[in-house]
Amino acid sequence: MQELTRDALLARAAELLENGTVDRVLGWKRGEFAYDVTPAVFKSADEMKESFVWGDFCGANFSKYLIAETKKSENKVLAFLKPCDTYSFNQLLTEHRFDREKVYAIGIPCDGMVDIAKIREKADGIASVDTNGDKLIVHTLFDGDVTLDRAEMLAERCTVCKSKKHVAYDELLGEEGDVVDSARFDEVAKIEAMTPDERFAFWQGELSRCIRCNACRDVCPACTCEKCVFNNPNSGVENKSPANSFEEQMFHIIRAFHVAGRCTDCGECSRVCPQHIPLHLLNRKFIKDIDSFYGEYQAGAEVGSRAPHINYTEGDIEPSDAVKRGDENA
Amino acid sequence: MHEINSNEFISKEKVSTETFSAEINSENKPYKPLIVAFCCNWCSYAGADLAGNNRLSYPADVKIIRVPCSCRVNPMFILRAFQRGADGVILCGCHPGDCHYTSGNYYTRRRMALLFSMLDYLGIERERTRVEWVSAAEGAKFAATMNDFAEKVAALGENKRLEDLRCKN
Repeated sequence: MQELTRDALLARAAELLENGTVDRVLGWKRGEFAYDVTPAVFKSADEMKESFVWGDFCGANFSKYLIAETKKSENKVLAFLKPCDTYSFNQLLTEHRFDREKVYAIGIPCDGMVDIAKIREKADGIASVDTNGDKLIVHTLFDGDVTLDRAEMLAERCTVCKSKKHVAYDELLGEEGDVVDSARFDEVAKIEAMTPDERFAFWQGELSRCIRCNACRDVCPACTCEKCVFNNPNSGVENKSPANSFEEQMFHIIRAFHVAGRCTDCGECSRVCPQHIPLHLLNRKFIKDIDSFYGEYQAGAEVGSRAPHINYTEGDIEPSDAVKRGDENA
Repeated sequence: MHEINSNEFISKEKVSTETFSAEINSENKPYKPLIVAFCCNWCSYAGADLAGNNRLSYPADVKIIRVPCSCRVNPMFILRAFQRGADGVILCGCHPGDCHYTSGNYYTRRRMALLFSMLDYLGIERERTRVEWVSAAEGAKFAATMNDFAEKVAALGENKRLEDLRCKN
């Protein structure tokens, strides 16, 4: 259950709109279903009262939206940031992607977000989901109410949450948390322990489901080039089916490589993937390697830190040594 | 108009006979891997030159692509080479500290360490990729490296995991 209530956020946003600090609010809005929450811009307190939501399905990271939003007006925009969003926020500031002066950031604590895909495995015909303490009450169309353990239904990225601490905000609502000692590299280690054939089969199975919707690119707060090759309508990438699986693998390797060293591990790529491909495992592999080769580095932990890719030391690991580790799987 | 068409016809026929004879040969000849070597202009390319001047032999299937600096090589180049049918890709540059542009190969080293580790993570054979530092004075090292690399790649056989069928003739 989230520590703050919707009313608390509404009240604070209404105050700030009232006194003119901000003239619009970046918040979450109900989509087609109650669990289908989408980001939205609210212009007034009344608008917010009508459709603003805050709950267990508000996973969307607003940092990237600030790039477009801050360009629209000279006035400040209010953004609610969960701890993991603040890392992306800092990373974008490091890259000078938006004007800090035009944002009023409110840090809000997060108790983890629920993954609707996990609930779907347990219940059919979901009408709505209510949270009651550490239980989820799922109202279904045909089977009545189903009660589930909230902890078990958390999104994968939230079960291995790396930090409850806000690294950037103008104002904090609720209690400040701390950096968590998470087991987020366990999944990566599990794949590393496989044989090359198993690894290849695993990724072939996952990545061949890719339908090239580019949702992972669109949502990624690190992927913010103004002109992307995939936006070119004449490139022909979106109107053909893949000839074989490596096309997908190539896309995803390069996508992960482009954000390596800048990825804050917010996990949005996997959240939005309509094919449920665990894309964060590619990014996490880079983070794990960077940590072990060049020392611990958390992108976005502070503004202005130098990413490992644009840095070097004379005694860096040789590429041949980098892949020799754990040679038992060669 | 007619002439162009007939020329096209002739050239197509020629290609098909060539592929046919290549198929016959492939049954008799031992498999030879196609290797792409990215060599930096200032050290490794000169090293390859020296190997030639000294009459040191290395496999003819090593195709050298000259780049201004090893850090010119985008990870995409390496994947693209594989996609287009390379069986192994080797990247050669100046020794760390000797870069013509002071620090280019330091960046190469970081980038390739991460890329190769990622390819390994995706189950691509790790012997197919390599980074080797070859100076302009190391003709012998260049030839030895290429011989060794070609041998290792030949042992792995044809690259099936990374190829893209549309890119092959």
